[in-house]
Amino acid sequence: MSKERDKGMSLIVKTITRLTVGLIFLYGAYIVAHGHLSPGGGFAGGVIISLSFVHLMLAYGKEEAFKKLSQAGASLFENLGAIIFLTIALIGFIGGYFFLNLISKGTPFRLYSSGIIPLCNIAICLKVGAGLFAIFIALVLLKFDVEKKK
Amino acid sequence: MVELNVLIIFMIIGALIAIEVKHLLSSVIAVGAVGLGLSLAFLDLKAPDVAIVQLVVEILSVIYLIRATLKRDLPYTTEKGLFLQSLVGLIFIAIFLIFAVQCLYELPAFGHPIMRVAKTYLEDGLAKTGAANIVAAIILDFRGYDTLGEATILFTAVVGVLAIVREIGRKKEMTHPNSSQEGKEKGEVNE
Amino acid sequence: MIPYLLCLILFCEGLYCVLRKRNLIKIIIGVMIMDYAVNLFFVLIAYKMNGRAPILSPDTTIMNMVDPLPHALVLTSIVIGLATTALFIAIAIRIYQKYGTYDITKIKELKG
Repeated sequence: MSKERDKGMSLIVKTITRLTVGLIFLYGAYIVAHGHLSPGGGFAGGVIISLSFVHLMLAYGKEEAFKKLSQAGASLFENLGAIIFLTIALIGFIGGYFFLNLISKGTPFRLYSSGIIPLCNIAICLKVGAGLFAIFIALVLLKFDVEKKK
Repeated sequence: MVELNVLIIFMIIGALIAIEVKHLLSSVIAVGAVGLGLSLAFLDLKAPDVAIVQLVVEILSVIYLIRATLKRDLPYTTEKGLFLQSLVGLIFIAIFLIFAVQCLYELPAFGHPIMRVAKTYLEDGLAKTGAANIVAAIILDFRGYDTLGEATILFTAVVGVLAIVREIGRKKEMTHPNSSQEGKEKGEVNE
Repeated sequence: MIPYLLCLILFCEGLYCVLRKRNLIKIIIGVMIMDYAVNLFFVLIAYKMNGRAPILSPDTTIMNMVDPLPHALVLTSIVIGLATTALFIAIAIRIYQKYGTYDITKIKELKG
């Protein structure tokens, strides 16, 4: 029990983090999903999702955060997002040109509308979220000792 | 318009504090305040998309910056430049300002933009794409190629950071008596 | 006219910081301030007096909206600014690991 208390920050910070981290992730997913109806979109939602993982790592230490999303997992999600975005763009070639809006446009102001825009938002959210968390992991794992030139 | 000018003056004073203060952590926090003021200014200019993105991106960049400045051995910066160098820098900036202000008179007046292309986007946006958020329709349907370029830039940045952080090839400690000296030297330099 | 002039003064402050400061972290802060000034200038150009945010809603017929095209450009520019800042910080940490200081007058190994 004392080993758990040594890593990370104090008990108050850990309790509040346990309560709010899931809500932050859910808020980011909401902003991504409604990107074509209200302000936000893929970039804002992706950065908020990566902020939730950074919050977990700052409050609990490295090992706890790696259980939720390891380095290999972050790399996988980022590449998946990029490939899905490129595939959606190339599918437009069937209709005529690059990035053609193929899927039916639906009725305006509903969640299911406006063609490929929600799918593109989800792909960008995966890419941005996992990529920025991977940069944070790299900056944290870099050991900071000075090497003296002899 | 008064609140917009007040917000920009707040940003100018915050930037001045961030530049001149000697303690590194204080200047990083001042840059965070400048970013928050900028997000409020975007909200006042009726741009909610941009305000949300600016707020969260600025929080993340302050976190990265604090990682670089905490626990370094010298939290105070030392400045010992000559007065002449400061003067030459200020003269250069003054010349740049004179020419830039001349260019500002050529722009359309503040508050009356010329919306040649945006008129078509606003009128036909809902019919052609079906999205209610016109900015999302622009970045993902009318100008989707730019978004592809931006995704590539983010990917390149992640690859670049991972390549810089990786430790350059460590030579394993060899147990052979002749080359153990060489192995130990290489291992020391790369620690 | 006045918001344009104030935005230009913010840009000049960032430029002065990049030119004259000796610490690498201050140079990074100067680049960030220049980023903020340029993004603010773009959104200032797009403003229309008494305009609305460029989002349609089902029960409105007013079409007096601000210009949405610079908003799209600034959205891209903010995320690119974050990417370059992160790369800059990684290089600065590497320089500290090799030389033990952030002072640019002591980093003199690259000879012409």
